[in-house]
Amino acid sequence: MTVIDTAIDLDAVARALRTRLRHDQVRDSPTLRNLYRHDASNMTGSAGIVCFAESTEDVQACVQVAADMGVPFMARGSGTGLAGGAVPPPDAIVISTTKMNKILSVDEVNRIAWVEPGVLNLDLSKQIAHLGVHFAPDPSSQQTCSIGGNVANNSGGPHCLADGVTNAHIHGMEVVLPDGSISVLGGEEPEPDGLDLRGVFVGSEGMFGVATKICVRLMQNPPDVATMLMDFGSVAEGANLVSDIIASGIVPAAVEMMDQLCLIAVEEFIHAGLPVDQAAALLIEVVGPPAGVAADVERIFELASARGVGTIRVAADDEERALLWKGRKSAFGAIANIMPNYYLHDTVVPRHKLAEVLDQIYEIVERHDLRVLNVFHAGDGNLHPLILFDGSVEGVSERVHAAGREIVKASVDAGGVLSGEHGIGLEKRDLMPLMFSETDLSAQADLRRAFDPQLISNPDKVLPNPATCGEIHSAPEGAWI
Amino acid sequence: MDLTLEDFAAAVGSTGPVAIAGLGTRSRPLSDVRVVHAPIGIEWIEPAEMTIRCGAGTPVDEVDAALAEHGQQVAVHSGGTVGGALAVGQSGIRRLAYGAMRDALLQANYVNAAGKLVKAGGPTVKNVSGFDLCRLLVGSHGTLGFIGDVILRTRPKASFEQWFTSDRDPWELLTGLFRPTSVLWDGATTWVLLEGDDRDVAEMAERFLLTAVSSGPELPTGGRWSMAPSELVSLRVASPGSFVAEIGVGVVHHTRPRPERSPDPVQADLHARIKQEFDPTGRLNPGIDALSVR
Repeated sequence: MTVIDTAIDLDAVARALRTRLRHDQVRDSPTLRNLYRHDASNMTGSAGIVCFAESTEDVQACVQVAADMGVPFMARGSGTGLAGGAVPPPDAIVISTTKMNKILSVDEVNRIAWVEPGVLNLDLSKQIAHLGVHFAPDPSSQQTCSIGGNVANNSGGPHCLADGVTNAHIHGMEVVLPDGSISVLGGEEPEPDGLDLRGVFVGSEGMFGVATKICVRLMQNPPDVATMLMDFGSVAEGANLVSDIIASGIVPAAVEMMDQLCLIAVEEFIHAGLPVDQAAALLIEVVGPPAGVAADVERIFELASARGVGTIRVAADDEERALLWKGRKSAFGAIANIMPNYYLHDTVVPRHKLAEVLDQIYEIVERHDLRVLNVFHAGDGNLHPLILFDGSVEGVSERVHAAGREIVKASVDAGGVLSGEHGIGLEKRDLMPLMFSETDLSAQADLRRAFDPQLISNPDKVLPNPATCGEIHSAPEGAWI
Repeated sequence: MDLTLEDFAAAVGSTGPVAIAGLGTRSRPLSDVRVVHAPIGIEWIEPAEMTIRCGAGTPVDEVDAALAEHGQQVAVHSGGTVGGALAVGQSGIRRLAYGAMRDALLQANYVNAAGKLVKAGGPTVKNVSGFDLCRLLVGSHGTLGFIGDVILRTRPKASFEQWFTSDRDPWELLTGLFRPTSVLWDGATTWVLLEGDDRDVAEMAERFLLTAVSSGPELPTGGRWSMAPSELVSLRVASPGSFVAEIGVGVVHHTRPRPERSPDPVQADLHARIKQEFDPTGRLNPGIDALSVR
């Protein structure tokens, strides 16, 4: 293992970078370094030098300088990650891919596109909408998150229930490996020779290198869509309906749940006529050819009525559908009306444990004298409890973190996993032993070392390192250690 | 399962060359090497979770039959054992709609070269907890570890399915039909498999003038080629009458072996480093190279 020299000569690194990139691409002003100290999590690191790459060659130049000088580097897309995956390691070279934002080619017949990593998720779907296709992964941050970031985090979103997460929508990518070499992992062909290096690169949180061109799978837009909002007198009834629907052989395009506090907050924000007096609401979307959609809707109504559904609102047109989805996607903005701060969690539990774990979450949060709002991908069992707090209250962050740890543990104990779509990053790095043994973690470390023998590509993330755990340089402000 | 994971790990042991065998449908067992077999049997099926847990030595046919009782199926290539199908990593002809087989593997317990059990992945469909070792195992031909048991993602069986033929251009059908399950083409005839509500299937068949047939085409078995889907059109001239191509996917079932191609040196190096990390003495399935095996 290479020990990264903590006394990095940033001036020397900047000089080396400026021999390979234009001067305006290599920035080390205090203001800019400060701007790139963090992502959308509450953790901060320290960016050494920020480079704005415009091509594969630029990325390769940055990585080669890093490898030659033994300096850590970190690729960064839009910085919307919530787990600290894009919090820079100490004095790292931050390689921003935001200027690599071209859609390189679209084959609408075979439904394949090549894009640069800085293309924004929603921009891709918008720009190809006239071809009758879209990119399926749709994280809530899709207006601002980049496809390179989606690849790094294997991002999800509401519509991954039927179509799968990012990994299922990436055919391949050109990458710059941590030693500066360039290769294409996977590709347009379905069965490339050898190991599925494409598959392991997706979700590697920037620790296996930098994706510079990405080959994505596009999906046909459905001919018919039905969007329903159903409310329930108890969270458990709504949660149990989710299992009933799946067990009956229907896989909706999306099944989202909002609890009462969420409904109230969102209604105040967007005035969509949400059922604020009910304990929970489910937003269910079914897509496909018309007869199949109609049959699924009828069956879902039957199952919902057996679970004591209150009212069922079916979107009459695209405008009402957009309003219902806006309700779901505005939850985070609406919270400001209740409390100044929130901490968003991301765990997964088996669907049939949803009601039980939600009960536990309410109990945990109440015990820590906090409030929680739940808005989540119920169809996937992917919980997103938002712990609400006022950061100005002394000692509150300890309570928020303690409650969070208990929620993660309760999810894993229920047969779930640490993260469904946000990733491990720094946030949950030291919780990995809740799910994996030392041998399991060592296998993951082996894979990482094969890709990055120098351990310079976004180090200190994902894998707990007994040797450095607790040391100040690897514990950015805000991290759980 | 007929064997516990611990017993399986003990059988693999930590020294000396060892090979794993299933039913021998995909490859012949290595000679002169001690052979082990993965546990056989279905542990559980959770229809509401759309998951199944079984030993890697379980025949795919047994899994298919058990899931059919719940109206479900799994996108694992038919024949042989579950572990064998995953180790080889090839998808079935319904990949166009079902996605690649590799996406069906949620969790695997495998035995590493040191004879220890390792858990890869997790039990839920959505999971981004750590590096995705499941992707590494699928298609690794048992060179990095021997899979003991797996949790697979299932999917509902459609209420109706029907094969059709057409003399239309296959790409016209790929574009016009809504998410066909399979579009196959031999250069002259196109076969289409449609699934879903019978009224939707009938409507599409009428609109595109499809002729119902009892099954898809016989697939040539001389070679399995992998091509970019946009290149398949070249086969019409290059190999008339000797192939069936999966349109929109790129797998070609050919009468002739796949043309040789040389690996990218960067990837060859990466493969060597991964093998070195996972099996430094080369004891697992010795002599097999995941990069060159067919």
